[in-house]
Amino acid sequence: MKSLLNLVEKIKPTFSKGGKLGFLHSTFDAFETFLFVPNTVTKSGSHIRDCVDLKRVMTVVIVALLPALAFGMWNVGEQHSIAFGLDMTFIEKVWFGFLKVLPLIIVSYVVGLGIEFISAQLRGHEVNEGFLVSGMLIPLIMPVDVPLWILALAVAFAVIIGKEIFGGTGMNIWNPALIARAFVFFAYPSQISGDTIWVEGLNAAKANAMQVVDGFSGATPLGQAANGIVDFTTTTGEPLSLMQAFIGTMPGSIGETSTIAILIGAVILIWTGVASWKIMVSCVAGALAVGFLVNGFAEPGTFAAVPAYWHLVLGGFAFGAVFMATDPVTSAQTETGKWIYGFLTGALAVIIRLFNPGYPEGMMLAILLMNTFAPLIDYYVVEGNIKKRIKRSTIK
Amino acid sequence: MDKNIITNPILKNNPVTVLVLGICSALAVTVKLEPACVMAISVTAVTGFSSLIASLLRNTIPNRIRIIVQLIIVSLLVILVDQILKAYAYDVSKQLSVYVGLIITNCIIMGRIEAFALGNKPIPSFIDGIANGAGYGLILIAIAFIRELIGSGCLFGVQIIPESWYMANGGWYLNNGLFIMPPMALIIVGCFIWLQRSLQKEDSKK
Repeated sequence: MKSLLNLVEKIKPTFSKGGKLGFLHSTFDAFETFLFVPNTVTKSGSHIRDCVDLKRVMTVVIVALLPALAFGMWNVGEQHSIAFGLDMTFIEKVWFGFLKVLPLIIVSYVVGLGIEFISAQLRGHEVNEGFLVSGMLIPLIMPVDVPLWILALAVAFAVIIGKEIFGGTGMNIWNPALIARAFVFFAYPSQISGDTIWVEGLNAAKANAMQVVDGFSGATPLGQAANGIVDFTTTTGEPLSLMQAFIGTMPGSIGETSTIAILIGAVILIWTGVASWKIMVSCVAGALAVGFLVNGFAEPGTFAAVPAYWHLVLGGFAFGAVFMATDPVTSAQTETGKWIYGFLTGALAVIIRLFNPGYPEGMMLAILLMNTFAPLIDYYVVEGNIKKRIKRSTIK
Repeated sequence: MDKNIITNPILKNNPVTVLVLGICSALAVTVKLEPACVMAISVTAVTGFSSLIASLLRNTIPNRIRIIVQLIIVSLLVILVDQILKAYAYDVSKQLSVYVGLIITNCIIMGRIEAFALGNKPIPSFIDGIANGAGYGLILIAIAFIRELIGSGCLFGVQIIPESWYMANGGWYLNNGLFIMPPMALIIVGCFIWLQRSLQKEDSKK
């Protein structure tokens, strides 16, 4: 650590203004502040002194994502071994998943950070650190078989159109990771929906007439629901228990299947105070409220009649509620606003799932829609507060 | 005659990217190049001739009812264009459907009559109308070029991207469905505006 610091200090003048490589100032600054807490001191105004800056916050989120990532890697191997009837050990499954997921993560970071560095260099800004988390979120909400060039395009679209043109990190209206997913969703629908893309190798197997285990189906529970099957089954056709859905041994996007791994992440986020527990709680409340309301009127045997708590463990609901809806930039900023924002996000996600036949999963669209309305919610919360205080202060 | 009458509307004062007029049809008819080209020619013809006629009549039109007179001139020309398309290019006319009729609501036409033709002589007015239509058409064709190439892999309906690249034929490529949808046209227009503004900023610095 010490020698690294010495090295950084030694090469610093070369990259400073006027130095030999002064034009690479932004790039150098990004690496230096990534490695070490900057030694610049607040000189006026602010009274809270803390070494936790945006880069440190982002690192906490990455740590919180690790359980979901690790589970996702194992699950990729698990689903693959079930699909092709392979006898793999635990280590082999994890290693198989690791080899499949790693390229996605590398492509996501290389493309995203590349664009961030270039645009920072061109404008002479500091490099925005926001992509550290987005770059990890994007692979986790993609199906494992997504072609790498499509992923690269989606990341480029998300960073340029979703973030840079609004002014970079902290200025974007929508969650960049979800913009990337929405891009794939609308541009290449065959690569992110259907029954064959959620399990590694299934799509290729179909084309090459490879042998898949008899009775195997790669449909996710939500995919089954969209086809009118409400007695959810696992990929091998056995009934899917609530516990199994909670643990996450079912096909789906890499990071979204395991509710329990996501909950570990949620505990880390809440404990460190990085994400708002109000949004998470109200998001669950919104989903349950709409879910139970619909349960009351539903005909038995339809998706609407499936108990509301199932919505919490299926698809991307848990992942969206914990990691996506709570994004501090795109969610509501006021405390009351957070309750309203979270509640509506959860409610909308369930409404889209139940009443829109075109989209089996509603979480992505619900969060993007509520991102759009978050500033409006904040505006009315602030206005309401001003009115209340004026009323209290004027003499009757 | 001032050369700026021709060059200004096409570059510096482009009706779509600078004045942000006529966006609606730029989103609606730019999925494919063929209808976009027909639309560009139709709008250019209507802007040119409506400016010419309005300019010829400019000293006899009473100021109070000038909007009605302008509308009559424009609708006359739009109906003419519509009938000609139906007679000689029925397929394209069907693809464009209501948008030919909606040329009448295109703000560029009324804008040029109000801003230019009513105060200038017929020939400059005619050139001004044609140039504005061309500026609009240029953007329209550029958007349609990008959208058809990336969205359908064709240009003028002819396959450009090799069939063997496609995933269905064992390749790796897929058409981008987002480019078929209207939102992408809006984003492309936005990128054009971005490009033009950043280029013009450098011009003014010089």
